[in-house]
Amino acid sequence: MGALWRLRGYLKPLRLQMIVMFGAAITSVAAEITIPLLAKGIIDGAIAHGNRRLLLPLALAAIGLGAAMALLNMVRRWIQADAVAQIEKTIRDDLYAHLQRLHASFHDAWQSGQLLSRATTDLSTIRRFAGFGLIFLITNILQFTAVIVLLVQLNWWLGLITAGVFAPVFPVCFRFEKRYKVLSRRVQDQQGDLATVIEESATGIRVLKALGRGRQAAARHDAQATEVYKTQVEKASLLGSFWALLDLIPNAVICVILVLGTVAVSKHALSLGGMVAFITLALQLVWPVEALGYIIASGQEAATAAQRVLEIFDTAPQIISAEQTVDIPPAQRRGHLEFRHVAFTYPDAAEPVLRDIDLDLQPGKTVVLTGTTGSGKTTLLALVPRLTEVSAGTVLLDGTDIRELSLPALRAAVGCAFEDATLFSASVRENVTFGAPDATEDQIEAALTAAQARFTYDLPWGLDTRIGEQGMALSGGQRQRVALARAILSRPEVLILDDPLSALDVHTEARVTKALHEILDGVTALVVAHRPSTVALADTVALLSGGVIAATGSHHDLLESCPEYVTLMLAT
Amino acid sequence: MTATVPDQGAWRGVAAEKADEVTSGLAALLRERSWRLLSGLLRPHRKAVTLTVSMIVVESLAALVGPWLVGLAIDNGIPPLVRSRDSTPLLVIASLFAVAVLVQALTTRLFVTMTGRVGQRVVLELRKRLFAHCLKLEVAFHEDYTSGRIISRQTSDVESISDLFEEGLDSLIAAILTLLFVGTSMLLLNWQLGLIVLAGFIPLTWLTAWFRRESEGAYRQSREAIALVIVHFVETFGGIRAVQAFRREGRNQQIFDGLGEDYAVTSRRASRLIAIYGPSITLTGNVLTGVILGYGGLLVIDGDIKVGVLATFVLYLGRFFDPLQDVSQFYNTFQSAASGLEKISGLLEQDPVVPEPADPAALPGSAIQHGRRVHFEEVEFGYRDATVLPGLELDIPAGQTVALVGETGAGKTTIARLLGRFYDPRAGRITLDDVDLRDLPDEVLRGEIIVITQENYLFGGTVGDNIRLGRPDATDEEIEAAARAIGAHDFIAALPEGYGTSVGKRGGRLSAGQRQIISFARAFLAAPSVLVLDEATSLLDIPSERLVQAALRTVLTGRTAMIIAHRLSTVAIADRVLVLDHGRIIEDGSPAELIGGTGQYAALHESWAASLA
Repeated sequence: MGALWRLRGYLKPLRLQMIVMFGAAITSVAAEITIPLLAKGIIDGAIAHGNRRLLLPLALAAIGLGAAMALLNMVRRWIQADAVAQIEKTIRDDLYAHLQRLHASFHDAWQSGQLLSRATTDLSTIRRFAGFGLIFLITNILQFTAVIVLLVQLNWWLGLITAGVFAPVFPVCFRFEKRYKVLSRRVQDQQGDLATVIEESATGIRVLKALGRGRQAAARHDAQATEVYKTQVEKASLLGSFWALLDLIPNAVICVILVLGTVAVSKHALSLGGMVAFITLALQLVWPVEALGYIIASGQEAATAAQRVLEIFDTAPQIISAEQTVDIPPAQRRGHLEFRHVAFTYPDAAEPVLRDIDLDLQPGKTVVLTGTTGSGKTTLLALVPRLTEVSAGTVLLDGTDIRELSLPALRAAVGCAFEDATLFSASVRENVTFGAPDATEDQIEAALTAAQARFTYDLPWGLDTRIGEQGMALSGGQRQRVALARAILSRPEVLILDDPLSALDVHTEARVTKALHEILDGVTALVVAHRPSTVALADTVALLSGGVIAATGSHHDLLESCPEYVTLMLAT
Repeated sequence: MTATVPDQGAWRGVAAEKADEVTSGLAALLRERSWRLLSGLLRPHRKAVTLTVSMIVVESLAALVGPWLVGLAIDNGIPPLVRSRDSTPLLVIASLFAVAVLVQALTTRLFVTMTGRVGQRVVLELRKRLFAHCLKLEVAFHEDYTSGRIISRQTSDVESISDLFEEGLDSLIAAILTLLFVGTSMLLLNWQLGLIVLAGFIPLTWLTAWFRRESEGAYRQSREAIALVIVHFVETFGGIRAVQAFRREGRNQQIFDGLGEDYAVTSRRASRLIAIYGPSITLTGNVLTGVILGYGGLLVIDGDIKVGVLATFVLYLGRFFDPLQDVSQFYNTFQSAASGLEKISGLLEQDPVVPEPADPAALPGSAIQHGRRVHFEEVEFGYRDATVLPGLELDIPAGQTVALVGETGAGKTTIARLLGRFYDPRAGRITLDDVDLRDLPDEVLRGEIIVITQENYLFGGTVGDNIRLGRPDATDEEIEAAARAIGAHDFIAALPEGYGTSVGKRGGRLSAGQRQIISFARAFLAAPSVLVLDEATSLLDIPSERLVQAALRTVLTGRTAMIIAHRLSTVAIADRVLVLDHGRIIEDGSPAELIGGTGQYAALHESWAASLA
């Protein structure tokens, strides 16, 4: 519950709405309770004495109260519709903003589904409780108490018996809700596991087909689907018992009231109208009691959801701008990048990936970084735009520790293209001009041409064609080329390229390499590459091995002097 | 055939999903198709369904009895008790009441449980059928339809049908039946009062129609809006490195805010509709209660009806209109189930274009020692309008290793896929030891020909499980032997739990190269007679590639093989090289012959050799 309480700030702007909603809910309950009393008045007053003149005002009052109750409900729900949508959106916006600030390693550790379920399912749970549960929690208790008081006044012993029979319904409902939630969650988990099987088979369909393993996959799927089936049946059975109970208890109460009430009427301990009112009022107890179990269970669920959401809010971004940032004066911006005794250890690893990196990239020079898979090349690159933070040592840009620069300034100075080219659901133009919003048509064209990405002009809407997740699907090589154009266009002082040509065929690669040669002239570049053909870009080649720069030199020098490099570069 | 009735054949399968506008004729077609599927699924459960329905009828009748007995007790139970202390009528009524209560509870228990069981049986059957059917559909279909759609058909769409059963299709029917029964009995009790109550349906029918129409749109819009929010969310955090590196946070927040606002607006609209509709039903019920009290009171005073009848009416009215609210809330569930069923029935109707042979042929003898001969006879193939292979003639003798070389788009991958029977040729035929691939049962074909691509997909589970996929009955020793043969044993043994190490989601714990080597071991274990490698080594770094190449020499012995690679080092192990250009073979010979010549391959080889220098 503490977690929910911490989110109360989101209710603050809606204080007025909350007050109106409470007022409307309580007034409507009052009207609802009064209607059976009017019925009693009609039966005992007007009908019993044949008084026609009394009948009309009483009936009109009943109509008026009935209408008022319904209209108040309408007002409450209308306001509620606005309020809860607002709350949900505000929290979600804040969550999104916070997640964008969190460091990349946080996102590596969390599956995107986990984050998504917090931003959707959990927020909906909180929203439902904030809008619905909170109000009914209070009004239902009020209604229950008020009705019982009225019943006791109508006939004290019958009232007490009714209260006595209804009271246990609440724990029963509550227990049911809890058990039901457990089963629902199990179904969700099992459906999740089933979805994983389905997802794997759908994305791995070529492998399944190539190996002819359809039958095994189907057997696995069917077994998992049967698990879902079993839990669902269990759930239905629980539901059946619960609904039967909900049918049974109020009707049993009416049966008891009917017998005892009739006796009371015959002894003049209760009027006839009183008995009708008694039964009608007793029926009004069903909903508050039934709902209370649901509300408390959903309150608990909302509390869990709030906790899950707060887990994210409580994670502080690890990579942030320093309090006092330093600006490099434009005159001194030359793109001189230097690694001094840089080390990096993954949070859960015993051994560092990078132990002691010393590397000096003179302005305008291109250094190609190479090494075996897993030697830490990508990690080293990520240190430059501070997507990852050094564990020890310093990275300097034009003589300034990059941690002293503001993050936006640093990231504006460093342009990147990664092997796994990420494009966004936006037009080609927007994707390419991320780093350079003011680029002219000519500049865009030049960048696309250099990256061999002129094919984008031939897309159905040219550069305005939407690409990315929701747009035209591009091949791996095409994506890499667009991402490369983006990095080129941002005209950074330092260009970081992580195996940017890995998905290109030999011919395209040759053309891109040639164009890159011209572009890299004047830009400091750190390029990760595996292939001899890409290594040709280098002024200097650096071999990363065992967490240090094991050798530097030209491609030819290293081929002669460094056996490890020869193994790495030359196929038999 | 009129213009509005679409051609049945044209809309067969999943075609309707792409229709921009659903005409009424098409809608009817889709409905009919859905219904056919559903009734087919329900048919085996006919008895259970009949029994459930009768339970529901009994339950609704029992629910009717309570208020009526209350009225009876007032009119016929109290007077004898007051007059002569005769409690018999009251006791009779009370016992009837008790019986009705018990019957109602019991039938409720039964029909809820039974619908649950039958419904979930149907869902299970649907899941099994869908999964099996998707496996039968050809790769080309999967690529075109996308895995995302395949997944949502089998998850959210099936779940929407499950929800239909779960969220009380049965209790909805019960509620509607109660409505009918109570309405009838009110008319029977007193037709004047009954008519007044039923008059309430006039505004409510109109209101329900309005609500249904509006909420359908609102509901759809809000679902679309939240889907966009989700896509943007996933995209942002899937590519968080690029987001941060290119300082896209601000623009993202702007987009997210806009999408969130759209969702808030649509969901607000949907809730406002309910805010009007729900209380309107209460309003009608309440106003009618007042009217019945007034007019009914008058009738009682005039002696036309007894006071017990009035009490019965008031009690009946209490929840009389509630089912309408259930109907409206249920409508959304119903809608999405209906549209889910529509799409599912389409997918199930999609015929595999690479079908199983009606009259399967057998392959001659065993081929373990020498591989099998592969023959492309005048094979034509293309995608949609574009022709990729205009007429390929290619004979690969048993045991030969052939390398395909050529620019992107030359048709290399197409040839590999045709050989793996991912597609069938448009014209001509492909034979394996003179048997047409189309005449081989899938099970046999997949045992003979295995295609490895650079898409080295690993399934959840352990490293050992993934290798075992090549031959499900392989022992642990055989798995290890396969891994050793391919040079994978050392790195697997170095993993924390060796062969028992979980590969993580989609093999995420292993590098691309390691995944690829595992997929080689898998193919090796399967021991096919023909092995096709489509760019299978391109993701490996050079040391790993060298490792695989050494292993390949062992693996390819006694097998027919086709290798596609853009690294010439891989091509070097071939007996024969084919240079392709626009689907035609322009050079054909041993690597040594071609290097010695003046063709494309010689030029390629020269520039490759230069890059190594």
